[in-house]
Amino acid sequence: MDIMPKWVDIIVVPLFSLFLAAFLAALLILAIGESPVAALNLMIEGTLLRSAGWGYMLYYTTNFIFTGLAVSVAFHAALFNIGGEGQAMIGGLGVALVCLFIPWPHWTLAIIGASIGAALFGMIWAGLPAYLQAKRGSHIVITTIMFNFIAAGVLIFFVVDVLKPTGSMDPASANFPASTHLPTFQDIASLMGFENAFRSAPANVSFFIALFACVATWYLVWRSPLGYEIRALGKSGAAARYAGVRPVKIIMIAMMISGALCGMMAINTTQGESERLILNFTEGAGFIGIAVALMGRSHPAGVFLAALLFGFLYQGGAELALWTKIPREMIVVIQALVILFTGALSLMVRAPLERFFMSIKKADV
Amino acid sequence: MTMNPAIELKGISKSFGPVQANKDITIRVMPGTIHGIIGENGAGKSTLMSILYGFYRADAGEIFVDGKKISIPDSQAAIAAGIGMVFQHFKLVENFSVLENIVLGAESGALLSPSLSKARAELATLASEYELNVNPDAIIEDIGVGMQQRVEILKALYRKASILILDEPTGVLTPAEADQLFRILKRLREEGKTIILITHKLREIMDITDTVSVMRQGEMTATLETNKTSPENLAELMVGRKVLLRVDKSPAKPENPVLEIEDLNMFDDFGVQRLKNVSLSVRAGEILGVAGVAGNGQSELLEVLGGYRKANGSVKIKGSEIDLSTGVAGDGQARRAQGIAHVPEDRQREGLIMDFMAWENSVFGYHREKSNQANRFFMDNNAIRKDAEAKLDRFDVRPLDTKLRAKNFSGGNQQKIVLAREIERDPDLLLVGQPTRGVDIGAIEFIHQQIVALRDRGKAILLISVELDEILSLSDKIAVMFDGRIMGERLPSETNEKELGLLMAGVSGEAVQ
Repeated sequence: MDIMPKWVDIIVVPLFSLFLAAFLAALLILAIGESPVAALNLMIEGTLLRSAGWGYMLYYTTNFIFTGLAVSVAFHAALFNIGGEGQAMIGGLGVALVCLFIPWPHWTLAIIGASIGAALFGMIWAGLPAYLQAKRGSHIVITTIMFNFIAAGVLIFFVVDVLKPTGSMDPASANFPASTHLPTFQDIASLMGFENAFRSAPANVSFFIALFACVATWYLVWRSPLGYEIRALGKSGAAARYAGVRPVKIIMIAMMISGALCGMMAINTTQGESERLILNFTEGAGFIGIAVALMGRSHPAGVFLAALLFGFLYQGGAELALWTKIPREMIVVIQALVILFTGALSLMVRAPLERFFMSIKKADV
Repeated sequence: MTMNPAIELKGISKSFGPVQANKDITIRVMPGTIHGIIGENGAGKSTLMSILYGFYRADAGEIFVDGKKISIPDSQAAIAAGIGMVFQHFKLVENFSVLENIVLGAESGALLSPSLSKARAELATLASEYELNVNPDAIIEDIGVGMQQRVEILKALYRKASILILDEPTGVLTPAEADQLFRILKRLREEGKTIILITHKLREIMDITDTVSVMRQGEMTATLETNKTSPENLAELMVGRKVLLRVDKSPAKPENPVLEIEDLNMFDDFGVQRLKNVSLSVRAGEILGVAGVAGNGQSELLEVLGGYRKANGSVKIKGSEIDLSTGVAGDGQARRAQGIAHVPEDRQREGLIMDFMAWENSVFGYHREKSNQANRFFMDNNAIRKDAEAKLDRFDVRPLDTKLRAKNFSGGNQQKIVLAREIERDPDLLLVGQPTRGVDIGAIEFIHQQIVALRDRGKAILLISVELDEILSLSDKIAVMFDGRIMGERLPSETNEKELGLLMAGVSGEAVQ
């Protein structure tokens, strides 16, 4: 029997890990001579108490939902996709090509087209290492991380040598036509009569596509026979073989779904925010997806909550960098600590909790 | 009579989390005797021996060796106290020689050659003393399992063990090799060594032990003198109720052939030929038992028929040829659609996803079938759950909780989940490998009944087992495999263990007759 009640496993363990990470971060902030309490206040003020703060936070959250879902789908097949960064970059390329070269009458159609383009490009980029893993046995961790560098190179080539308008000194594509621009939260709010809400914040309608992706992923993983096969293969390769689940096919499909989700992040960043293809637009979201998936325990609901948390940390970190001498990298440290506690050291958190629950159980008997 | 017992355990208790593996165990083993410990899987035999060998520390209790109280914090201390252990899975370095394996961990200095020459001399004495002949320069992977086991025994003796613990030693041996082992053990007893034999086979206990202890659910239920008990009595003590040791079945009424295998050949990933011109046929209403020592191609035969190993040759199901390429038309799901159900040899590795809940496991392999789909895209989880509950109930799975993960069921109940899934589909052919390996006696009885019941419904069954008893009592026809070949077919009424044992050891059929 499982020792701990399910809710402890799902809620208390990650929260406890988060608390430990925050505690260590507070010590670090103390060590550089700032007040952790003031820092936390500032983060909350700059994120949760202003609508623009929400606008930024949800913009980051959208990215993290996509990459977090991507990593968790691969996790279910026991594949570690650390190539989210590269898949998102190539997805961005897909978005740019779709937006620049197809005349879209309206953004509603453009976002569908761009989503398909982004997903397709991300899918192909994840499919290559997946093929190497499934057919040739090259380890997916090594190949996906290599493909991040190749993707960066490909992106630079396309941006600088192909898509950059002649005469421009800026390494970026031309601006996308206005008919592809996505409504931001500010646009939506002013339509509803709130002129000042979400002022100049980048969050846009792709947030809702991210929410839809959460639901779709849940159905895929827990309801479809494909998800069943992905999970079966992830738990036991030998058993999957026995049941007639084809490992090569499932590895390919799981990674391509993962890549597609990563690629779709670009509709938020590239179509929604920059409205042209720029370099480094991924800002490490592909890697944060790993932390999000770990903390969200590879469940779409968990991924959503973890993405919110990381969105908060990201936006709050920017505020800290703006108003205090705490460097923005501090947020990276906190993220690293969260990964450490939720992933690598989860047993350290889990074991004492299990002992605690066991002692309660014994007392009951 | 003031002789001290060679080993005495007093009040040993050990828990793992909420599970109490050993409860207040007390046992006395006199020197120069063979003491059997018998019990079902999970009864706590292995835990007890692990405590004695220093792998676990007891929560409570005392250990006495030769009347002196000692503590055994690790295996070094156990060896120092004269305790040697022969594990079920040998702990040998495959590409080292016999001599190197024996010396490993007991080198006398920084240089290897003096240790080796000392060991060589020592080995010669041991060999003559106990009739334990092995070639000291043979490489482990080149010698048979029987020999490897001897090396394990020699390793213990080389470390001056006076008490030898053997954990399920005959699991990997042919009957002839097992006899040889028993001769060695008797010889060791004559020389004054004390032997503890852990097994679940009643026959071995009756054959060789002087005294026997029975364990059930972590407790020592009885310690008896072997010649004053009977197998029926021991079985009852093990299970806690009366059990049927022989399968109760009527004569088979075989009909048309269901499975026809002709000239089946298979090479593994390393290019080694694992199946050599195998030809077999199984008719409806018949159980064909394939006997053989583990590793002689039986597993590969199952894998080929189950659709996950490529092979050449011809296999027909009810007259129609099946695809042996393991492509989409020949994979596990295609096989199931053709009416072949498969209970794999290793239920924990293959038959079940241990982290899946029972209901999820109840459609494993059949999950893409129409009856399990709500629509084109999704599985009908509610229907599957309900169906699982009914199936598991009919197979008496305990606890009857479809939301429990497979890993939280006992071995016997896990096997029942697999059998429920495969048999309830009412297949034309059931492939079943080691149906009762690691399963308690009570469940064995039930599982055998289910297999016979399927036969009586006119289905064909291919049974693969390394337990000769099981083959003899279930089969209507017996084929023996050795080195990937079928050595011969026999009727159970016209053969005996000795003949089958010779076939299993590779002595050709003609020579036997």
